[in-house]
Amino acid sequence: MSTPLLVVDNLQKRFGGVVAGKDVAFTLAAGEMLAIIGPNGAGKSTTFNMVGGQLKPDSGTITLAGEDITGRPPRDIWRKGVGRTFQIAQTFVSMSVAENVQMALISHHGETRAVVPMARTLHREAAIAILARVGMADMADRPVSELAYGDVKRVELAVALASEPKLLLMDEPTAGMAPKERAALMQLTADIAKERGIGVLFTEHDMDSVFGHADRILVLVRGEIIAAGTPDEVRSNQRVKQVYLGETGVQAALKARRQTAGAA
Amino acid sequence: MDLSFLVIQALSGLASASALFVIASGLTIVFGVTRIVNFAHGSFYMLGAYMAVTILPWLFEFDRSPTLFFVGVVASAAVVGVLGVLMEVLLLRRIYKVPELFQLLATFGVVLIVQDVVLKVWGPVDITGPRAPGLRHGIEIFGQRFPAYEMFLIFVGPAVLGALILIMHKTRFGVLIRAATQDREMVGALGVNQAMLFTGTLFLGAFLAGLGGALQVPRVAANTGMDLSIITEAFVVTVIGGMGSVPGAFIAALIIGLLQAFGILIFPKITLVLVFLLMAVVLVVKPWGLMGKPDVAAGRAILPEGILNLKRFGGVEKLFWAAAAVLVLAIPFIGDAYKVKVGIEIMVFALAAFSLNLLIGNGGIVSFGHAAYFGVGAYAAGLLATGPLKLPMEAALVAAPIAGGLAAALFGYFVVRLSGIYLAMLTLAFAQITYAICFQWVEVTGGDNGVVGVWPSRWASAREVYFYVVAVFSILAIVALRHLIYAPFGYTLRAARDSANRADAIGIDVRTHRWLAFTVAGAAAGLAGGLYAFSKGSIDPTMISIGMSIDFLMMILTGGIQTVMGALVGAAAFHSVKDFFMPLTDFWRFFLGSSIILIVLLFPRGIVGAVDTFRERFGDRSAAAGAKAPVLAKEAA
Amino acid sequence: MAKLNLSRRTVVGGLAATGAALTAGGVSAQGAPIRIGELNSYSRMAAFAVPYRNGMQLAMEQINAAGGIAGMGNRPLEIVFRDDGSTPGDAVRVAEELITRERVSFIAGAFLSNVGLALADFANQRKVLYLATEPLTDALTMASGNPYTFRVRPGTYMQTKMLVEASKAKGIKRWAIVAPNYEYGQSAAAAFKRLMGEAVQGFEVVAEQFPALGRVDAGATVGALAQSRPDGIFNVLFGADLTAFVREGNTRGLFERRTVVSLLSGEPEYLLPLGDETPDGWITTGYPPEQVTAHNHQAFVTAYKAKFNDTPRLGTVLGYVVPFMIRDMLNKAKSTETDAMIAAFKDLTTETICGPVTMRGIDQQSTLGAWVGETTLNGKLPTMKNWRYVDGKDVMFPEAEVRAARKA
Repeated sequence: MSTPLLVVDNLQKRFGGVVAGKDVAFTLAAGEMLAIIGPNGAGKSTTFNMVGGQLKPDSGTITLAGEDITGRPPRDIWRKGVGRTFQIAQTFVSMSVAENVQMALISHHGETRAVVPMARTLHREAAIAILARVGMADMADRPVSELAYGDVKRVELAVALASEPKLLLMDEPTAGMAPKERAALMQLTADIAKERGIGVLFTEHDMDSVFGHADRILVLVRGEIIAAGTPDEVRSNQRVKQVYLGETGVQAALKARRQTAGAA
Repeated sequence: MDLSFLVIQALSGLASASALFVIASGLTIVFGVTRIVNFAHGSFYMLGAYMAVTILPWLFEFDRSPTLFFVGVVASAAVVGVLGVLMEVLLLRRIYKVPELFQLLATFGVVLIVQDVVLKVWGPVDITGPRAPGLRHGIEIFGQRFPAYEMFLIFVGPAVLGALILIMHKTRFGVLIRAATQDREMVGALGVNQAMLFTGTLFLGAFLAGLGGALQVPRVAANTGMDLSIITEAFVVTVIGGMGSVPGAFIAALIIGLLQAFGILIFPKITLVLVFLLMAVVLVVKPWGLMGKPDVAAGRAILPEGILNLKRFGGVEKLFWAAAAVLVLAIPFIGDAYKVKVGIEIMVFALAAFSLNLLIGNGGIVSFGHAAYFGVGAYAAGLLATGPLKLPMEAALVAAPIAGGLAAALFGYFVVRLSGIYLAMLTLAFAQITYAICFQWVEVTGGDNGVVGVWPSRWASAREVYFYVVAVFSILAIVALRHLIYAPFGYTLRAARDSANRADAIGIDVRTHRWLAFTVAGAAAGLAGGLYAFSKGSIDPTMISIGMSIDFLMMILTGGIQTVMGALVGAAAFHSVKDFFMPLTDFWRFFLGSSIILIVLLFPRGIVGAVDTFRERFGDRSAAAGAKAPVLAKEAA
Repeated sequence: MAKLNLSRRTVVGGLAATGAALTAGGVSAQGAPIRIGELNSYSRMAAFAVPYRNGMQLAMEQINAAGGIAGMGNRPLEIVFRDDGSTPGDAVRVAEELITRERVSFIAGAFLSNVGLALADFANQRKVLYLATEPLTDALTMASGNPYTFRVRPGTYMQTKMLVEASKAKGIKRWAIVAPNYEYGQSAAAAFKRLMGEAVQGFEVVAEQFPALGRVDAGATVGALAQSRPDGIFNVLFGADLTAFVREGNTRGLFERRTVVSLLSGEPEYLLPLGDETPDGWITTGYPPEQVTAHNHQAFVTAYKAKFNDTPRLGTVLGYVVPFMIRDMLNKAKSTETDAMIAAFKDLTTETICGPVTMRGIDQQSTLGAWVGETTLNGKLPTMKNWRYVDGKDVMFPEAEVRAARKA
């Protein structure tokens, strides 16, 4: 493998006395789906937000495609080619589905200060094309506030894809969704990642999503990576079993693996 | 300065601080639980004083004892508490679901009504209440006399603080208040009877305001200006302390009381602006006040208060607005000279209000101090036209938007770093600082008398001609601002309002865009101010006053902040209502206040919002359908 | 007290005129009334403005009962009252309404100085006569004076000068000044420094306090003044600020063994709310309604009491005097043309309940005076003692100064 897309090295983060990140280090290749799991308060979101720029690490470096992006604000990191979705979907609720994507395209083309053209017509075809890829083209003119939550998540994915990112950050992409919708969304994400060579870093509580779709998994406990590897390696790791997954978790993980294998 | 003097002065400061805290604590609790910016809190304070000057002399008929004094004070506060409950049950309860700004509008309506009711019931003459029995004398401290009553007041503040802390931690009601302050939705989710909680909170809040007022009776005469003189200060205390934080309010009151007591020794004119300077500094350094916390709900996806459904003109709207424009332009031909004058004012206010709604409705940047930029524009135009430069009107009108824009750029730099109510309060602070500068810098600005002789150039001096000058400027500016809302810049602002996180994550520099919007809106308001100055012939600080800022807010809320054109309708409606009642009766404030409350109750989305709702619900299906799926259909056409 | 309703709007003059005419029996006013627009802060400054309006109505009734304006075919006077909204912006609009809609011949009124100045400038621009009845600012007749504006009430400078004249003999050198932080307070303080400085050798100001209007922090202010150990205090506070200041000062002993000179405090509007806290011996300008006897003054007091069941205030006196000045002016002008009215007003002398009042031509300031005396308690009722009426003509700006100021 050539130089990895994302290199995270030795990240440290403390909140007062609480260690939220300790020697966090991993890499992510283009086209790879990497999941971060761990119990609540393990530092998943902290790690995530440090990569996305919402938090500044105390020390350590984050390198994207050979460029140091440590501690840059989110909008800079986005410009370097990182799209993201949020745990609770963040969309522009006063706009239509298409306008949400158009907004991202307007920003991508550096036109947010334009005062002459009508925003409604700018980049509309491109937006519809992206929406078509996530299966939302027929909803293009619905107000996003009227959509079902699963569809909102798809819109968010489309918005994140608008800037043709190299890396997607997805914070609990399936939280709050029905099981059926979850699988579909994860499959869609995986397909897009593969076809466009986008690296995907995601956190998730839903083990079906993690073990069904991740190429590799990081297990984070109290700010530290205690295990990393393929789903099978993580599943058989004793320490992970002990502190996190438990027996029932392992069973669920196995089942999930079999199902996606069968589907594929 | 000898030590004894410092001690006495510090005690004076503590007494004032204590009195201020009692009032502010009620305000901060009400805000914490209901998120209502309760302008009527000052009215409750005033009512407390009037109750006390009514009840106390009656009680003293029986016995002039300290006990009866306290009975009277508490009874006055309790009566006011009941009035607070009345306001909650009759008014606020009906509007918890409407945007928070509309609740503010409603409480302001109450302020206007109470002012005239007090005038009617108690008359215009100040009423001096009795002094507190047993506390009339002065106490010797280091050879200086200090009023016993103020010594007593010094202990009232901490006592109230202690009582509130006890209530907050030891009673179920208090625990609920704290829970609601931290996370209002959570309390709703827990299945708490929200109505009862809010009613109880309003009682407590109004009780504390009334108590504050009643306790003032031995110091000051009950008078009809008490409400407005206290409300801004009470807000400042709660903001500096952190909205919702009772201990924060206590600390803030202490700081203000002591700064005031010693500040006047160095700057004898400082009372005018001190609290606002302090608030500005605190907010720039600590964006949530001294002890406030970021709103928990900030991370949630909640519907923003503003333009939700950006509609373009359909056939009906195009016809309506074209007809309106023609009608306005025809005023000099069909109306008398007075109509022309009123027409000028409405156009000027429409422009100012529209620029404010660019911030509030489209950008979610709630400004309580928009008059600052309107006023700076007016002053720039007025001073350039009359000062040593004696510039012609044309040049002065070019300078007005530049000055308004520059002022907005300067203040906006700090303002856009904050959010929510703190942002609004910082705009208010900057507006008051601007006001104080114009008020105090007599050599240049003419102080509160202002400057006269700001009249249009000769060619435009006929009112009809100046009417068209105003019409051209304001209509063009409004059309341009409206276009801005539909342009990528306007969309970007709205995107940042809908979700700052999402906007940031698609590469939008939220602060810079907000700052630009603030500057543009300031420039537009400045232009309106310049036009206004030349229509009035004078400039004076009332153009920058809180009252003016509130008028602008009232206009856009009346029209509907969820609509693009509401600001224009609101400006016309608000101005017309005021203009209708003012010549009719001295009690025009009562009718203005009642009109505001009626609008809030009948049209909780403003007038234009109500028209939209009506059209969506009945008949006119094309408009409703058009709103739902506009793009393809319109493009086909 | 304030029985105000819609019906009072414009019909007031007409109704009052006919009613009074029926009972008077003699010559009655007839023909179309001469309309005058009166705008004032009836809503926000009701304590002053409402007694003022009552005084005007009483005078108007009496004038119309006595035959109206003799010089213009016995036409009655009609005054159209309007609230000025207490801001210059509102006031100018209301003035426009009075002129264009109500077709008044000229405008009068205003209480707040900035409103008065804006109206004066408006009058100058629109070339209509403006009779500024109540605003105190000296700018109105001096730097911002214009040919269309006349002022009735003695201004800040005049009233301050009356007080300086009354107190300079005490020879007090160390003064503290407390004044509300706006033009009126600042001008009064400046005038006091100038006049007392000229009158007393070694005059010095040892402390100055300018609390915001309506927001005095009385404890801290009194403390700051006491600390400077003055021998005399010049007070310009009024209204609610005055009550708070007096209570605090009484308790802390600020006024003990000190001479206090206090502007306007003797006016019943401000004196009555002090109640039994009224300090004894403050030298002040004001008005003791029950004690004035000259110029048939008690007939006015009696008539006012009969009609409104209240004692007159200083505002009442002003309001009562103004219509008589207008009557005489119209009798002389025999026209409601602005130029004719202006010419008639200049140097016109009117006999009033305060004595003869002349509208000095050079600065268009009337010579109406004020009562200067000491505050005291008569039983429980605050009033004035050792007072005398000071004619305004003795305390006006020197003519040379007027010429210099009005030229600019």
